[in-house]
Amino acid sequence: MKLYEIAHARTGDKGDISNISVIAYRPEDWPLIEREVTAERVAAHVGHVDACEVTRYALPQLQALNFVLRGNLRGGVTRSLALDGHGKCIGSVVLEMEITGQPRGEERR
Amino acid sequence: MSSVRIGAGAGFQGDRIAPAVDLAERGALDFLVFECLAERTVALAQQARLADPAAGYDPLLDRRMRAVLPACARNGTRIITNMGAANPRAAAERTCAIARELGLSLRVAAVTGDDVLDRIQDYVLDETGARASALGELLVSANAYIGVPGIVEALDAGADVVICGRASDPALFLAPLVHCFGWAMNDWVRLGRGTLVGHLLECSAQVTGGYFADPGVKDVPDLAHIGFPLAEVSEDGNAIITKLPGTGGMVSRATCTEQLLYEIHDPARYLQPDVIADFSGVSLEEVGPDRVAVSGASGIAATGQLKVSVGYRDGWRGEGQISYAGANCVARGRLGLALLRERLADCAAAISEDRADLIGLDSILPERRAGTWEPPEVRLRYAARCADEATAQRVGEEIESLYLCGPAGGGGVTRSLREILAIASTLMPAAEVAVRAEVLEEATAYLR
Repeated sequence: MKLYEIAHARTGDKGDISNISVIAYRPEDWPLIEREVTAERVAAHVGHVDACEVTRYALPQLQALNFVLRGNLRGGVTRSLALDGHGKCIGSVVLEMEITGQPRGEERR
Repeated sequence: MSSVRIGAGAGFQGDRIAPAVDLAERGALDFLVFECLAERTVALAQQARLADPAAGYDPLLDRRMRAVLPACARNGTRIITNMGAANPRAAAERTCAIARELGLSLRVAAVTGDDVLDRIQDYVLDETGARASALGELLVSANAYIGVPGIVEALDAGADVVICGRASDPALFLAPLVHCFGWAMNDWVRLGRGTLVGHLLECSAQVTGGYFADPGVKDVPDLAHIGFPLAEVSEDGNAIITKLPGTGGMVSRATCTEQLLYEIHDPARYLQPDVIADFSGVSLEEVGPDRVAVSGASGIAATGQLKVSVGYRDGWRGEGQISYAGANCVARGRLGLALLRERLADCAAAISEDRADLIGLDSILPERRAGTWEPPEVRLRYAARCADEATAQRVGEEIESLYLCGPAGGGGVTRSLREILAIASTLMPAAEVAVRAEVLEEATAYLR
């Protein structure tokens, strides 16, 4: 199953830092997302394992994760030569991540 | 006041104007806020001001003001905006002139002091690790993200329109709440909550269903006529986020959650000039159609440091594109890119960085799609950061030359050339930034 089936995302930028939110559509999928979508997996998935530092923040009451990718934008939108200098498209790429495991059908907490 | 109604009239410089007019006419708003400054916009505006001392404010100021001033004046809605960019004073004078043309009598205030170019030299920039002075003549602008005090002062003085330059985006919305409710500047919880209201509204339609639609998965009704958001804010700082009846779009828990985290790093520490806002305990509850109740934000004392954006000239960018389609289009695109690098080898010393993409294959995440999949078409794109304009010009010429001297079947060349205006950042003690509010009266000599 792709993460896309159970979550939505939005990407923003500040300077050379991207942030990507990953939000569960249904509360019952939150435990699976919280377990599977780690900072390490996001870093590997977007191909920036060495190039940036990824930090994950969790907001359980909103069933949402926030990933902060430092040094992700080649200097940021004002300097970057990239077509998508803001890195706005990255969130959609993160949602293509393969998730293993079944939703538990219950909400944690 | 028991409740304050604030609307968002713009979330970026080029935002749509019709939804702002709708809010001005039907929103029964106390305040309409236009957020129009991106990271680089002040630096561009500063360049415009250097060329013309009367310029340097938002190029859409005239259109926006003409569109909303009559309804705002009629309905008692006060306007707050950062459209002053690099020249709030000139923007305020221009707004006075527009009001007079429209037969309106308005008090317009300019908030200045964010421009700290004259004292930035010794500050070390995060991105370069060197003092700003090392940039020498390349240094263009330095603007501090100011907080609410200057805007509050202008509102306290009775301004109908408040125009500032660089300010923290949420501060544009927090200021009227501080003004109306008389919140103390050390009431960290309320300042944190007001910051959240501003954060949710500052990107206009991004909380009402814009930047959200994914057909069949996340559908948004009547996106074509999307309405801009407004907040009904209570004295305790909690709020309802909603939009006008009859407009397109939607306000839901999902749209609010996406915007809550948009451009946030640690949700418990959202650094602002007036407070460190804490969004980690926020609750969002759908309390009616297109109505979401927001509660539970908090805050702690501000750091006392203001972020400063420093604009500097960073060389020239030459860029161009050409399309290839049909069988073996990827190989032809890659051949074109290889030719470009070979032909530009003689000016490699003037190219500090380049980027080679095949749009449709690997322009977003380089190398990720490399494999056997063959798209029906690709668009070659090549961009280079160059030391001088002539080299950047040469880049575009070589891309265009792929027509006659490149792979088979290339078409649709576009190319561009521009000076790169880069932004770096640093921190400055808030005490070093002297913010000033000035209300322009009708009789002011500057109006003539």
